[in-house]
Amino acid sequence: MTKINTNSTLVTVTGVDKVFKRGSEEIHVLGGLDLEIPDGEFLALMGPSGSGKSTLLNLVGGLDRPSEGKVEIGGKRIDKLSDRKLAAWRARHVGLVFQFYNLMPVLTAQKNVELPLLLTKLSRAERKKRAAIALDIVGLSHRTGHYPRQMSGGEQQRTGIARAIVTDPTLLLCDEPTGDLDRKSGDEILDLLQALNQEQGKTIIMVTHDIHAAARATRTLYLNKGQLSTEAVD
Amino acid sequence: MFNWMAQVFSVTRFSMLSLPQRKGSSAAALLGIAGVVAVMVGVLSIAQGVMKTMESSAGDTNVIVLRSGADSEMMSGLGGDDTRIIAEAPGIARDASGPVSSPELFVVINLPMRSTGTDANVPLRGVQAQAQQVRDGFRLVEGRMFEWGLNEVIVGVGARQQFAGLEIGSSIEVGKERWPVVGVFEAAGGLSESEIWVDAAVLQPAYRRGNSYQAVYVKLNSRDAFGEFKDTLTSDPRLNVKAMRETDYYEAQSSTVTNLITGLGTLIAVIMGLGAIFGALNTMYTAVSARTREIATLRALGFRSGPVVISILSESLLLALAGGLIGAGLAWLAFDGYRAATLNWASFSAITFAFDVNLKLLVQGIIFAMVIGLIGGLLPAIRAARQPVAHALREL
Ligand SMILES: Nc1ncnc2c1ncn2[C@@H]1O[C@H](COP(=O)(O)OP(=O)(O)OP(=O)(O)O)[C@@H](O)[C@H]1O
Ligand SMILES: [Mg+2]
Repeated sequence: MTKINTNSTLVTVTGVDKVFKRGSEEIHVLGGLDLEIPDGEFLALMGPSGSGKSTLLNLVGGLDRPSEGKVEIGGKRIDKLSDRKLAAWRARHVGLVFQFYNLMPVLTAQKNVELPLLLTKLSRAERKKRAAIALDIVGLSHRTGHYPRQMSGGEQQRTGIARAIVTDPTLLLCDEPTGDLDRKSGDEILDLLQALNQEQGKTIIMVTHDIHAAARATRTLYLNKGQLSTEAVD
Repeated sequence: MFNWMAQVFSVTRFSMLSLPQRKGSSAAALLGIAGVVAVMVGVLSIAQGVMKTMESSAGDTNVIVLRSGADSEMMSGLGGDDTRIIAEAPGIARDASGPVSSPELFVVINLPMRSTGTDANVPLRGVQAQAQQVRDGFRLVEGRMFEWGLNEVIVGVGARQQFAGLEIGSSIEVGKERWPVVGVFEAAGGLSESEIWVDAAVLQPAYRRGNSYQAVYVKLNSRDAFGEFKDTLTSDPRLNVKAMRETDYYEAQSSTVTNLITGLGTLIAVIMGLGAIFGALNTMYTAVSARTREIATLRALGFRSGPVVISILSESLLLALAGGLIGAGLAWLAFDGYRAATLNWASFSAITFAFDVNLKLLVQGIIFAMVIGLIGGLLPAIRAARQPVAHALREL
């Protein structure tokens, strides 16, 4: 991604409602939510459990659609795309990092990282090369042939990050990336995310429950009762 | 399109790679399908075997003449004069001793079955010398031909295998007499192999039949001669007979048995197949839920749901194919050529036949297995593909 203007707005969420139906019951998770994220920001998203942090992240990442309102990424409305187009859009623009890594147990670290590249037209050799570079960035070039079960939680999460950045996405979305790790491994992951943000200018949204993790971000927002605020509400 | 195929290929590869983790339930489904196919092929091979026996009795130029109105030899009756008039009809093949036309007598006696020890009906056929000429592949395999005019019998290989007391040297009881067995014959796997033969001139007085017969078997000099042969007989005012090609006659005779067995076999296969479908469904639901996280992650990364559906279906079809091949192989090893007896529903006498596991049946069995696999894989696949990505990710 070549960046034209580092201060331009990358993500614009306007008047978004999200309602889930569970049987006859309606759960209003987000109500009239607005959010602007400039290109190059590292945003931490906090809030009580069940407040809708993951829901918001899914809307921005094109994994789900709002019940009401607009989601624009890089000037493109994504909430009206068909499933097919949305899947293609995700593959090109979004890198996802999960709390439980979500690696394919039958594939080595190298093959796991190559996975998103299968959706591109890159040659086999090119895929291999790019995956190796991504693994090098996360400091795992010595473990490319290992399977997830042979790696520690921290190493698995670094593989997860390599998979998320291998396509050079517009946006990196991390849902509690350190939630399942001890302090030390968690810090290493946060170092890595911070470096990706500062050195490569990656725009990152990170959901977290950990105030220390949030401190690494350039901005922290709190989600409560369907709305965002700059201060924690208790 | 290229991209889509690449997705199909790679997603399918993952499911195959992770198959060993699901050994238990996969093996259960595979064996279930194998069992269904083995039973289905086994039962249907009975019908095929009966049909084959009936058909190999009948050459293309063979004709059977019965009294008109009689559906089988049992119910037919022809006088000695009738048989002579029939032998003079046009179109009959000739050999050194004259027209190849064989008047025959047909009665049924009781003998104990080897397998159960209970009595069953065995056809006892009174023949003249031409009987050997009208049957293809008639050959004595042991002992000798009976002496004309003597109370001696020869037995078919099938009859000897199914019934006790038909070895050479033993004898059968007819009225107050005992008739020794002097030879064993085969007839190219045909129906006569289930019979006992004796000189017609010996059988007639034993059963007080005077000079009467029940059927005349004729060999024509060509297939096309049938029309003229038949017309001559039916228009002859001295005769009250009907002529049928043997192929048609045996087909009518065997249809009751083969339809019954085919129907029964299909019913059993369908019932067992339903069970196997539930087994396969269960296996694939387990497989899919074991892979919920993988499938949801792939779709979150941008893989489309089509390849996911295809990968689940191919896994289930692969299991079904393996099960089908194993089942068909087992049926072939266990049943092909296995000899058994069944009742000829027309004469109520036993006919012996060999289970016939042929290629057509094996293919049918494997197709049936694939149908089970398809149905068993489709619902779980559609469920996995329909689930919204965000929702699927939450279920981890
Ligand atoms: N697909 C869904 N169907 C029904 N309800 C849902 C669905 N997804 C989320 N919800 C509900 O929406 C609310 C917000 O869920 P969400 O996962 O976004 O919360 P969260 O802030 O990420 O919580 P946590 O910190 O525990 O991860 C919850 O009450 C949840 O039960
Ligand atoms: Mg959450």
